[in-house]
Amino acid sequence: MDATIKKQLEITACKVRLGILEGVFNAKSGHPGGSLSIADLLTYLYFCRMNVYPNSPDEPQRDRLVLSKGHTAPALYSVLAEKGFFDKSELKNLRHIGALLQGHPCISIPGVDMSSGSLGQGISAACGMALSAKISSDTYKVYTILGDGEIQEGQVWEAAMFAAHYQLDNLVAIVDNNGLQIDGRVKDVMSPYPIKEKFEAFGWHAIEIEAHDFDNLEKAFNEAECISSQPVVIIQKSIKGKGVSFMEDNVSWHGAAPNAEQYEQAVAELNARLKELEG
Amino acid sequence: MADVIKKATRESYGEALAELGDKYENLYVLDADLAAATKTGIFKKKFPDRFFDCGIAEANMMGVAAGMATTGKIPFASTFAMFASGRAFEIVRNSIGYPHLNVKIGATHAGISVGEDGATHQCNEDIALMRTIPGMTIINPADDVETKAAVEAAILHNGPVYMRFGRLAVPVFNDKSTYKFELGKGIQLRSGKDVTIIATGLMVAEAIEAGKALAEQGIEADVINIHTIKPIDSELIVKSAAKTGLVVTVEEHSIIGGLGSAVSEVLCEKQPTKVIRIGVNDVFGHSGPAVQLLKEFGLSAENIIGTVKAAVAAK
Repeated sequence: MDATIKKQLEITACKVRLGILEGVFNAKSGHPGGSLSIADLLTYLYFCRMNVYPNSPDEPQRDRLVLSKGHTAPALYSVLAEKGFFDKSELKNLRHIGALLQGHPCISIPGVDMSSGSLGQGISAACGMALSAKISSDTYKVYTILGDGEIQEGQVWEAAMFAAHYQLDNLVAIVDNNGLQIDGRVKDVMSPYPIKEKFEAFGWHAIEIEAHDFDNLEKAFNEAECISSQPVVIIQKSIKGKGVSFMEDNVSWHGAAPNAEQYEQAVAELNARLKELEG
Repeated sequence: MADVIKKATRESYGEALAELGDKYENLYVLDADLAAATKTGIFKKKFPDRFFDCGIAEANMMGVAAGMATTGKIPFASTFAMFASGRAFEIVRNSIGYPHLNVKIGATHAGISVGEDGATHQCNEDIALMRTIPGMTIINPADDVETKAAVEAAILHNGPVYMRFGRLAVPVFNDKSTYKFELGKGIQLRSGKDVTIIATGLMVAEAIEAGKALAEQGIEADVINIHTIKPIDSELIVKSAAKTGLVVTVEEHSIIGGLGSAVSEVLCEKQPTKVIRIGVNDVFGHSGPAVQLLKEFGLSAENIIGTVKAAVAAK
């Protein structure tokens, strides 16, 4: 990837992380850990990969994204705001009464392609969108992001079977493998491993990458683009809470908001990183 | 009555999809390995490219239908009522109901008349479950003519619709040439001053029969067909209850949460009236021939007549 583009993406991802924290802090609730682990992925998709139209969010030929791990809505909202789907000032109203931004993704929000949040359901809707495109010979792509804990839901595997059966090669699922879920380490709560082999056994083309690296993301999505007659899953090994030192790989930040002091520290860390990048 | 044609509403549903497939090119059908039973197989045969089997995976099927609907297609998702409303409830609520997507759920094999398959497959709870989802329209047609009209009305309605069909062949009593289906509007089938009989689905034919027999015995009944359970025709129900002062509801569904509950909710707020609910009395069914089961569970003209006579005498 071109160094200038990469740097710009890193700057954007940093701003996205600041937006996540602003939302969760002001809401006094929400899910910062899993939002921060997909900040780079979402930044890459919306700023580098997807054809989307902030001024015409419902454009029929747009690429779609279903955030199956819907509790990480703060990340999606922050990226959409950064992209210009709605004003950034909405972020601080996240989860408030009367706010545009609901606790979990809601289809009425500009740029949100599907309501989600009850785990395991988003991937099925993504399959329906991808099937629709196939039926109508439309060329748009459908992306869906799942948590590694989420794939414990049986519906995910019903959908996995469906996608392979109908050869939905216009569908890319990304499993955010940050290794943590509410009750602890994913491997201790209910191991979904091996993830790659499971998807392969269901007929998917599977790619494993280290997350938080735009070169890796670019390579993986380029590879996905070349696969035909099969859906593709990208399993990104990520760090929950990535970018905020005290949140990284710490299960207690799955669904808790920082207090004022913690928020200040997190913002200071991210601003320092931003300064370093922009410097 | 010897020349009355009998047909299961599931059969009418399959035929309606196949007939309307030409007119509505945006119509697609999903099934969960039950096309032969739900009769969506009739559509599949005519439009193989617009039919998608989802296998025995109802949760995913409802989600796929939701995704298709976001792109402007009109998917009909079909399976047995038990699985559509029960197993897939939360997907119907969160992936179809909450985003208010244009998905039509064609649920067959509803009620006790499933027969020999027994309690696991006799769904007497679906209306209750679906009624709790905001924005869900619920249609429970009574015969072939009504079913076909209802399927087209569901296509023309923008929003989620749950349609309930039966396995058992039932009399076709509506006249196709004069029948008119209006979503959310009940149909007055008989007028009387003594009692209101409100029926839905397969019980409408029994209510008509009961109304005739009661008239011969000097009891004049208002007989009303409520094919759309949500939104319910409050106006017609209130008007009739105000006239007769006594209401008997009849449904092939639990007395909890279905037509009887919906009618009671309307009347206790707008026109307090005694309501007697005929339905499945908070019990599971069991195996047996459908017609015998209906009799056993009191879902018959005979039981309606007895119940009405006792209630009128006690007025």
